[in-house]
Parts: sequence; C-alpha cells; structure tokens
Amino acid sequence: MKEFLEGSHAIAQVIKSCRPGVISAYPITPQTHIVEDLAQMVANQELHAQFVNVESEHSAASVVLGAEATGVRSYTATSSQGLLLMAEVVFNIAGLRLPVVMTTANRAVSAPINIWNDQQDVMAVRDSGWVLLFAESIQEAVDLHLQAYKIGEDPRIMLPVMVNMDGFILTHGMEVVDMPSQEEVDKYLPSYNTTYKLDIEHPQTMGYLADPDYYLEIRYLVQQTQQELLGIIPQVAKEFQKTFGRESGGLIQTYRMEDADQAFVAAGSVCGTIRDAIDELRSKGRKVGLVKIATYRPFPKDAVAAALKNVREVAVVDKSVSLGGFGPFYTDLTSSLSFLAGKMPKVSGFILGLGGRDIRVGSIHDVYEKLGGKQVDCEFIGLKQELLAETE
Amino acid sequence: MAETLFKPGHTACAGCGQAIAARLVIDAAGKNTIIANNTGCLEVFSTKYPESAWCVPWIHSLFENCSAVASGVESGLKFLGKKEGVNVIAQAGDGGTADIGLQALSGMLERGHDVLFVCYDNEAYMNTGIQRSGLTPTTSNTTTTPTGSASFGNPRPKKPMPDIAAAHGIPYAATASVGYPQDIQKKVKKALGIKGPKYLQIHVPCPLGWRHESSLTPEVAKLAVETGLYPIFEYENGQLIPRKIATLKPVEEYLKLQGRFKHLLKDPKALKEIQAVADYNVKKYGLSA
Ligand SMILES: Cc1ncc(C[n+]2csc(CCOP(=O)(O)OP(=O)(O)O)c2C)c(N)n1
Ligand code: SF4
Ligand SMILES: [Mg+2]
Repeated sequence: MKEFLEGSHAIAQVIKSCRPGVISAYPITPQTHIVEDLAQMVANQELHAQFVNVESEHSAASVVLGAEATGVRSYTATSSQGLLLMAEVVFNIAGLRLPVVMTTANRAVSAPINIWNDQQDVMAVRDSGWVLLFAESIQEAVDLHLQAYKIGEDPRIMLPVMVNMDGFILTHGMEVVDMPSQEEVDKYLPSYNTTYKLDIEHPQTMGYLADPDYYLEIRYLVQQTQQELLGIIPQVAKEFQKTFGRESGGLIQTYRMEDADQAFVAAGSVCGTIRDAIDELRSKGRKVGLVKIATYRPFPKDAVAAALKNVREVAVVDKSVSLGGFGPFYTDLTSSLSFLAGKMPKVSGFILGLGGRDIRVGSIHDVYEKLGGKQVDCEFIGLKQELLAETE
Repeated sequence: MAETLFKPGHTACAGCGQAIAARLVIDAAGKNTIIANNTGCLEVFSTKYPESAWCVPWIHSLFENCSAVASGVESGLKFLGKKEGVNVIAQAGDGGTADIGLQALSGMLERGHDVLFVCYDNEAYMNTGIQRSGLTPTTSNTTTTPTGSASFGNPRPKKPMPDIAAAHGIPYAATASVGYPQDIQKKVKKALGIKGPKYLQIHVPCPLGWRHESSLTPEVAKLAVETGLYPIFEYENGQLIPRKIATLKPVEEYLKLQGRFKHLLKDPKALKEIQAVADYNVKKYGLSA
C-alpha cells in the first residue's frame, strides 16, 4: 500500500513486519525515530518482541548478538558515535556468523561533533565482515531491510547485514512509499530457523579461541562467503523484483550508461542528485551516466568493471575520507578497475558533503567540470577558501 | 570422578582456583544452563579450538560484554517461550567484572534480567600477565603495580564489588571461596532458585599470579576467609547474612604463603595496615562468631 511516510517510520514498519524477536538499541540522532516507533509498537502489542533498553551501543550490539545466538531474529539501529562504540562487537558478530540486521543512519563522526549526514561512520567497520548495503531512497531502504534478512539468514551465508541510509536526508525525509503488507512479507521472509544456536538439547560452544593453526582458515571462510554473495545478492534482488515489482538493491544499478563515455560512481541518496545532474548534462549532449554502488561489501568488482569498461573518465563521489589516504569508494573502485589493464579509464576521486554540507545539483556539475582536467585522487569539493584562510 | 559438565583436559595451570570453581558452579547449575563467558583465563583455557571443556551451551564474545550477551540470550529465550527451566549464567574474571565489564553488568542488574553473574576473583588480570585490577588488594605486587623504591605494590584497596552489585537492589548478592566448595554449590543453587539478577563473587587463588605452591590453593583460599581478608556473606533482598569465623587468624598466616605479599613480611607497619583491613571487614560484615 502506498503511504506518505517519514523514512524512520517506514523502516520501523518494515522491521515490524519482519517479526524480529529481540530488538535492542541506544538512542542517537538521527536513528531515534526508528527505535522509538518500534518501542511503541511493542508497547501496543502490535509487535511481539523483547525490546531491551540498554546502557550503551556496545551493549545494544551485544544483546542482539546474544539473542541471535539463541536462534532468534534480532534487530538494532545506530549512527555515528554509536557505531564507533559498537565497533568491537560489530566485528565479533560477523566472526561468530550471526545474521543480525542493523540500520545505520549515516552521520558524521566527532570531532568536531556534528549530527548531520555523511558516510564516515560505516567506513570504520568496513572491514568487519558485515554485508554493507546502501539505500538511495526511503523506498529502497524499506526494500533493503527485507532483503537484508533474506541474505544474512541464508544458510550458505550466515553473516550480519547493515542497511545504510543517509541520516536526516532519508531517515527524516518524507516520501510516498509502497509498503509491503504483512502477508506479502510473511510469504517473502519465512521465520528464521537454524541449528546454529545455544540450545540445551544440543549444547555447542560458540566463540572459541583459535590459535595460528586455525585462525587463517576461519577468516578465509568469511572472505569466501563474501565472494559467494556476489552471486547471491543479484538473485535476491531479482526474486524481490519478481515478488514486489520493483528494482531495489542488487550489487550495482546503472543510470544512462548505455552509450556513456563518462560516469559518476557513488552510493546512497546523493545518487538522486547525480541523476538530476546527468539529465541536465545529457540535454547538453554529454554522454554521461551513473554507476550506483548498492552493495559495498562484498565489493562488486566485476560488476563495476563491466559497467565502466567502455568509459573514458570516471568521477568517484565519496561522502567520507580515509584521512591521509583517499575516499573509500575511490580506493575500491581503482583496485577493481586495475584488472582492466590497458583499458583502465581515467578515475578521479572527489570528497563531498562531509558533516552535512549540502550537495546540490550544482556541486555535481562542479565535479563534472573537473573531469576534463588534471586527474585527481582525493579532491575536496566546495571548500570555503575564506574559512581556510582564517586558520593560516 | 562424578559426572561433570566441565570436562578435564583443559589447559589451566596446576592448582588453578578458577578452574575448580568453574566446575563447581556449572555442576551445581546443571545441564539446563547456558553460559556467556567474558575473555580471560577461564575462556582461554577451556575453549581452544576445536576442543571445548563445556558440556552446556556456552558462548564467548568479548572481554567486557558477557552481561549484555547474557541479557540477549535471556531475551531470546523469553521470546521463544523457553526461559522457564533454563538458567542463564554470565561469568567473568575480576577485571571483566569490576573494571571493563562494570557498565554492562550494571545495565544487566538494573534491567532485571533473570541471569546469575559469577565473578571469579583472582585479584588481577591473569590472562595478560598479572596486571592489577580494581579487585587487586592493597600492597599486592603485580606487574603494573610492582614494588620499587617509590612503590609498595598496589596503592588502592579492593573495589567493594559485592556491595556495588547489591546496591542495584537485586534480590541476591553473595561472596564465596573455592576453599569452601559446598558453600559455592549451595549458593549457586540458591541464586538460581531466585528470579531476577543475581551476583556471586568467588575468591579463586591463582598459583601463578599469587606465587604460591599449586598444592596450597585450598589452604590459601581458606586462610583468606579465616583472617577476615575475604569476607564471606550474602545479601538476601538487601539483608546481610555473614559467614561467621570461629577463630580469627592473623593476616600474616595468609600473606606469608604468597610471593605477591613477600615485601610486607619485613615491614611491621604494613602488616598492621593489612590487619586493619581484616579488622574493618570483620566489623563491617559482622564476621565474629
Ligand atoms: C577490550 C579488551 N581490552 C583488553 C583485552 C586484553 N585482555 C584479555 S583478558 C584480560 C584480563 C582478564 O582479567 P580478568 O577478567 O581478571 O580474568 P582472569 O584472566 O584473571 O581470569 C585482558 C586485559 C581484551 N581482550 N579486550
Ligand atoms: S594464570 Fe592463574 S587463573 Fe590463569 S590458568 Fe593459571 S592459575 Fe588459573
Ligand atoms: Mg583476574
């Protein structure tokens, strides 16, 4: 049913329809509306879950870890400092192969403290073994949560999945959203059943100490599963499209790439702005398109290489930066394209929108203008020179 | 040996008080028990992949989060309608309890989860090489509070962890000692018979860290109690019930067996100060028979 909804309310509703048994969270802007809604649903007995109000994000992640280890579908959500505080547990959940689903309302990290959107927070746990999905719209965020449980709980996978949605832009934005009915969700997402659980009838030990004789293989198996996901995630998206009639998720999505010789690469809500810029550029005869990263881990290296193989120039738009290095998307993309050998396009990396600095269609044109010129690997767009001058 | 849920063959040091206590705890709790264990000696010596000493469902996540993991396990069981008849135990060393794990423990106690928390108090971070913790006693010589020309060992007293736990208004908080195995098992059973959060702190000598003969573990443990340095008591719904000491012994008898207190023995003033700690305990917890 189509409803005009705030992003957070839409996420709470779709999570409710996934019937999680345990929810645990700690408040942080801009995640709060999601978990407040879920708390109300539990209070109203619309949702029969245990809602555990913890004393920190470290414990929120640990509670869903413990709950998931009893074989119960679990959910948490956080943002920014909360995700950083959780980081240790985030790695642990993946290492334990527990298919928790978490929403990250992407936000800048301190210092300076800043509650607005960028995508720096998730990058701190990029290497944790979680499947990392990025939503462009509220609709896609809703759809990705359904797919997240589907992907993570697949017995071939058994890994946690994080749905990234840009803080405020998507969590507090309003959109007409096609909300799946409970019957549709029940059909799409059966209840979670696993033998990998803490069960007094079948005692097992979880969380061993693995010495150098074993550790390498156990970590390798996570990497191998991540590679298998490159085949499974497109199938999940296809099945989703068949069931719900919408394209959502997958590894990448492309826009006007058929004959493109220049391309943007980006993830999240900024893709909407880039689409608008592309339409304007196309009307001026520029052959430019977009490759949207919908799945960031596993990194869809073959899919992006195939999408960009006939492209001359690429502009990567990162809303985070590995300080002292490059934008994370830039790094992954250039590593993936290096296999194209002689046909490698000219790739430039740009940093935009940190700490909620507005990214307008004009900002994307600014990036586009740079493409003809010198190749850059980590250029900040939209810096206020007068502010920089003050610090000199 | 009687049937046990904690199999031998683990890699604890000879005479490890924690290994003995952990077996007593799980055997008293029985097979319908799920354990969440913090990082520390117990976790390391009992679950080296692919072996495990545990015959009950057991999970280790991190150093400081067993209270939150156990909260999640309990919540999961509740959701499944399977909590009835299943015990959930969270267990940790003194460091994982009183220092890095205190926040998660406090949260679990305050939220009222039906979980028994067991602290194995060997009075230092043993797994990482005998560094001091918040439960290291005054003057103890550890690798991070070494004695030296400007140091007499650990300068601070033990954190009153059982009282901190009890102050959460939980129905049961108690101490025990591996010197008194039946008392441990009685308390575990009693605690598991009570709904809500419970706290049990067990004094467990560590021959390696305390530098005593490994055969002396029970004797050292008993002397800590008999000198008043490790008071044994229960708080049942806030009401103090001490274990009385028939004949109080001088603290020196306990201290002299252990290398960590060697520097004290030549110092009558320091010995007096430690005796004062014991006297304070006797008074505070009403230990005199
Ligand atoms: C976050 C974190 N910090 C530090 C450590 C290192 N560490 C592992 S066990 C341990 C000491 C454990 O001491 P305690 O809880 O008293 O247990 P014991 O080994 O003495 O039984 C430390 C410091 C860790 N694993 N994780
Ligand atoms: S170091 Fe101490 S606590 Fe650790 S196994 Fe050895 S005796 Fe036990
Ligand atoms: Mg210790």
